[in-house]
Amino acid sequence: MYSKILILRFPKTEAEKPIVCYLAKDYDLTFNILNAAVLPRKEGIMVLELSGTKKDFKEGVKYLRSQGVQVQNASQEVKRIKKKCTHCGSCTAVCPTGALAVQRPEMLVDFNQKKCSVCELCLTACPSRAMEARPTNKAFF
Amino acid sequence: MTEHKINKTYQQINARIRSGEAVVVTAEEIIDIVKNEGPVEAARRVDVVTTGTFAPMCSSGAFINFGHTVPTTKASKVWLNNVSAYAGVAAVDCYIGVTEPCEDDPLNKVYPGEFNYGGGHVIHDLVAGKKIHLKAEAYGTDCYPNRNIEKEVTLRKLPNAVLCNPRNAYQNYNCAVNLINKTVYTYMGTLKPNAANANYCSAGQLSPLFNDPYYKTIGLGTRIFLGGAQGYVTWHGTQHKPGAKRTKRGIPLTPAGTLWVMGDLKKMSPRWLVGASLQGYGCSMSVGLGIPIPILNEEIVNYTAVSDEELFTQIVDYGHDYPNGISKSYGKVSYAELKSGYIKFRGEEVQTVPLSSIVRAREVAEILKGWILKGDFLIGEPQFTLPS
Ligand code: SF4
Ligand code: SF4
Repeated sequence: MYSKILILRFPKTEAEKPIVCYLAKDYDLTFNILNAAVLPRKEGIMVLELSGTKKDFKEGVKYLRSQGVQVQNASQEVKRIKKKCTHCGSCTAVCPTGALAVQRPEMLVDFNQKKCSVCELCLTACPSRAMEARPTNKAFF
Repeated sequence: MTEHKINKTYQQINARIRSGEAVVVTAEEIIDIVKNEGPVEAARRVDVVTTGTFAPMCSSGAFINFGHTVPTTKASKVWLNNVSAYAGVAAVDCYIGVTEPCEDDPLNKVYPGEFNYGGGHVIHDLVAGKKIHLKAEAYGTDCYPNRNIEKEVTLRKLPNAVLCNPRNAYQNYNCAVNLINKTVYTYMGTLKPNAANANYCSAGQLSPLFNDPYYKTIGLGTRIFLGGAQGYVTWHGTQHKPGAKRTKRGIPLTPAGTLWVMGDLKKMSPRWLVGASLQGYGCSMSVGLGIPIPILNEEIVNYTAVSDEELFTQIVDYGHDYPNGISKSYGKVSYAELKSGYIKFRGEEVQTVPLSSIVRAREVAEILKGWILKGDFLIGEPQFTLPS
């Protein structure tokens, strides 16, 4: 059993489609809506806890993304411990979003948290263990 | 020596350092100086060029003497923070190597392994002033009856601790790609399938041995920056291979020279000896190392003026070839191309990934320059230079 709290951001046009219902119907996932502000013809946001097998979970998230929904892991965020980073660049081999990228010509490694999808690949790819996943402690209610 | 217009001795250069008159620049700064003023003028004006590098260097470790206990011990097995150290040296001496993982590490059983703590981390913790748990086992002798000891040690209280790295500062290294269709985890970092990234590990134009390719000023007794303190080159490193193919300027096209270096661990700093965990591969330690190159004549200054455009390495496949002992090059790339972020490989743009920190390499060269300018650091004249 796999379970995570996600923040979904719906683009304007998708807000009226019952996308979330398909998660249960087609992907065998259960969900628990923790907070939602989804208004027709406006950008919507929803916080939900999604549970199922890891495979179904992955497929479900893939489906959401294919529908133009931005999916963010709400219970975790990835941060860099600045003091530990040696600016070696190893992490840029695995970072899929370019959140970690080499600034040229200085060859400084920049971390842009806004671009981070919390995939956590850098956590074990960083030789100095400078990347860290932490609970966000966001209040939803 | 008569063929040179400028001839300076180590003694003359050191006299200038002592009197605070020495002109010291980094291996990056010298490039334009030689370009603008020519080698003869540059050699007349500049006394020392400083280099630097900071990267994982697996062949590193420290000799530690941990002092006697009552009753006395002749340790045959030693662990520091549960990392095994080689104890076949003498009664209370051991050697902790940076690639040794801690005893209960799952290694690659959970693939790819994380290798969170090993010998390099022990050395880092020691220089950071942390308490280290030492455990030793012995078989007991008449003169050394104790069979077991456990104690907390700190670097300050250890009688001796000497960093002794048998192979550091590789002169050039491969550019790694992976030509099979699954991700591989290597000492050259994570390599995605079908050459999706190309990893390289050299400080390029700042790298010590690229700036003195024939080791004309480097040998036993060369004083260097090592782990944040002064250290020495004591021998050529293991796998030193000066016969590698070279460009006209003497730059080797494949891994070539290496250094054996030593220094007092007690004087070193945690910023420059950093434990490294190489996913799927093992533990290591990133070492900060820099060499000052005395400008004895215009030939030497010409070597130090080498730039990333003139430094090349080979593309090697770490998916299939390397593990099978096949040495095959898939082409030559310059460090300027590698540093640009992309290389052209088989007609496609491939992302390049550095493993060696240029930011820190530059910092080493700057610190070394500062030491020499202040008169704190004299150039060590080698007893003999490395085999070339
Ligand atoms: S968590 Fe993923 S996206 Fe975020 S910085 Fe790390 S590798 Fe990049
Ligand atoms: S791998 Fe780690 S130490 Fe290296 S640049 Fe990335 S975050 Fe910094």
